Amino acid sequence: MKELLILVVVTVFTLVTYYLVEPFAHSQMHKHIESEAFAYADLPAITKTGNVANGKDLVMGAGACAGCHSIEVEGMPASMDATTAAASYGVNPPDLSNAGAVYDAKFLANLIKNPAHALNVEHKFDVNQGQMHPMVAFYGAGGDIDQEVADMVAYLQSIAVKAEDLTPEIAFENACGRCHEVRYENWTQIGTKPTFKHKRDELAFDIQVLDYKDSLKAYMGSLPPDLSMYIRSRGEHYVSTFVENPQNYLPGTAMPRVGVNAHAAEKVVEYLLDAGDTKRHERAEVGRNVMIYIVIFAILALLWKKQVWRDLH
Amino acid sequence: MANFTKATSIKDWLNQRLAIEKVEKVMMSEYWIPKNINFLWAMGMVLVMTFVLLLVSGIFLLMYYQPNVATAFDSVNYTIMREVDFGWLWRHVHGVAASVVFLIIYIHMFTGIYYGSYKKGREMIWISGMLLFVTFSAEAFSGYMLPWGQMSYWAGMVITNLFSGGSLHADFLVEWIRGDYVPAQAFLTRFFMLHVLLLPLAIMGLIGLHFAALRIPHVNNQDGDEIDFDVESKKYLAGDKAGSKVIRFANDFMSKDMMVVGVYLVFFFYLVFYNYGFAMDPVNFDPADGLKTPAHIYPEWYFLWSYEILRPFSVDVGLIAFGFAQVIFIGLPFLDRSPNTVPASRRGLFKYWFWAMLVDMIVLTAMGKLPPEGIFSTIGFVAAIAFILLWIALPIITKFEKKI
Repeated sequence: MKELLILVVVTVFTLVTYYLVEPFAHSQMHKHIESEAFAYADLPAITKTGNVANGKDLVMGAGACAGCHSIEVEGMPASMDATTAAASYGVNPPDLSNAGAVYDAKFLANLIKNPAHALNVEHKFDVNQGQMHPMVAFYGAGGDIDQEVADMVAYLQSIAVKAEDLTPEIAFENACGRCHEVRYENWTQIGTKPTFKHKRDELAFDIQVLDYKDSLKAYMGSLPPDLSMYIRSRGEHYVSTFVENPQNYLPGTAMPRVGVNAHAAEKVVEYLLDAGDTKRHERAEVGRNVMIYIVIFAILALLWKKQVWRDLH
Repeated sequence: MANFTKATSIKDWLNQRLAIEKVEKVMMSEYWIPKNINFLWAMGMVLVMTFVLLLVSGIFLLMYYQPNVATAFDSVNYTIMREVDFGWLWRHVHGVAASVVFLIIYIHMFTGIYYGSYKKGREMIWISGMLLFVTFSAEAFSGYMLPWGQMSYWAGMVITNLFSGGSLHADFLVEWIRGDYVPAQAFLTRFFMLHVLLLPLAIMGLIGLHFAALRIPHVNNQDGDEIDFDVESKKYLAGDKAGSKVIRFANDFMSKDMMVVGVYLVFFFYLVFYNYGFAMDPVNFDPADGLKTPAHIYPEWYFLWSYEILRPFSVDVGLIAFGFAQVIFIGLPFLDRSPNTVPASRRGLFKYWFWAMLVDMIVLTAMGKLPPEGIFSTIGFVAAIAFILLWIALPIITKFEKKI
């Protein structure tokens, strides 16, 4: 029984040390930020019920969205390639095909009315100082602007994939993929890098990416980091709450609030898990089997010890 | 040449040429171990097992790792983690074992201190053990550089800067160690060599020395009994196994070793599969960037106590205190002036000294990780002073201890 007491003493000192250098130290070094449950509580709610047909007319109008954004599902390709678009706007304006599935409806409505405010980048884009956000606010088509915005949101939701069909790739591309690369998934800011037959084609693609990055760097202030390993270097909680509101972590950062809904945020995390923690399913399975094996080994070792020591006492 | 007869078996054939029976006796069947030792004495075997796990997993990692500043990070995080079958397993085994090995070393060390296993005749066991500890530290540090993440780079920067000797400004020495002005290709390649060749060789040699140092003085025991191994072993061989105070290493004590190893491996693989994060600093999953300093730079947990002895002082005093902390444990057999080789609980003031030292090192460990601000830096300063005072007090309090 003395040995059990010794084991307890050793375990207690080990656990105290572990607690101090892991959970406690990390709680002191990094402030804990709670999820805001993707409520975007600071933004006013949509009060009107949207009309899809009317929304379609408004979105398609060149004065509203389609002047800059492509909508591939509606047969409207981008008017310029990503690199040229980034040279014009700083970053490539997103395709709107799945915006309704990825972004929160309330966020979308506010984004249409006042982009800098919804994106939480008013510290960077101050109209009074002549720093306009590259996305022009929608000033209304002449009717009730709240109704028109609700119509546009309803239309975007109607053309987007259903929630259950939203893949991690779609969510990631829309939410993060125009600024961040993910080398381990072969993702560049202008799309998945194809496999080329000729070196010169590959170089031409790389040059496009480099040009895009130059525009992005000028627009954001610094090049947004590669996210391949972010799930390991930051963790799921950090990634998901950071996406929700980067200002909570990095006050004054040029990174906009992304505005995803809770479901899309989960998909983004899943994408990053697939990039940085690819073998997690295999690990769970192998882990279970190894544990069973080791426990059996420990039991056999215990029985052997008992047998050998029977003669020694 | 010796006389060779026709062998009657493979064992006999080998025995005539290699004396394997004699080796077997010396190493196993007549290697005598006191009976009254508890599971803490199995930590040696646990360390051997962990070292084997490190060696085997390291060999697999070595097949795919690339010691190049441009490709090192990706070779670890992409090639080994994604492309190589079970690369993730080898990496997590290696990472967790590297951390756990220090936990076991510390338990092993404090066991030795508690039971007085470094005293009178056993000094070489202690000294060779401390040399192993120092070599393991260098091995761990050089290995931590290899993934070439942010903490690899910046910890490498901070630790190599120590060699400038504070106001001595021996910058030439730092540059000589790095092979460059900052950690770069030359630095990575030479630490790679140290990690995979020179230091493991030194460790294996020292393990041999550590074992050899046990042969004559024998293993200590938990009651501080003076055992006459010749008399007791004769009793055992005559058949009085229960009455003898000693047992064979194999299979007697080895069966207990294996039982402890079994329990330990349950704990170890639990960590490998379900809590490997503790052994892998998240910051090191950001690629090394010489232009971006991490918010907090700290060493791995097993170096924190000595790091905290460095930190609260001014540069020169800190370096002296740090140097003191690095070498002082080696002097333990000579600083403890007491004639008693018994557990700390039966000794005088040493009983309190032991627990004070243990708690002080845990406090230093905790403060070494926390940012050096406010109350934390005060506690760290007090604990660092306490560490030095405890060592100064040791010869004095043990000198007055009566013989029991």
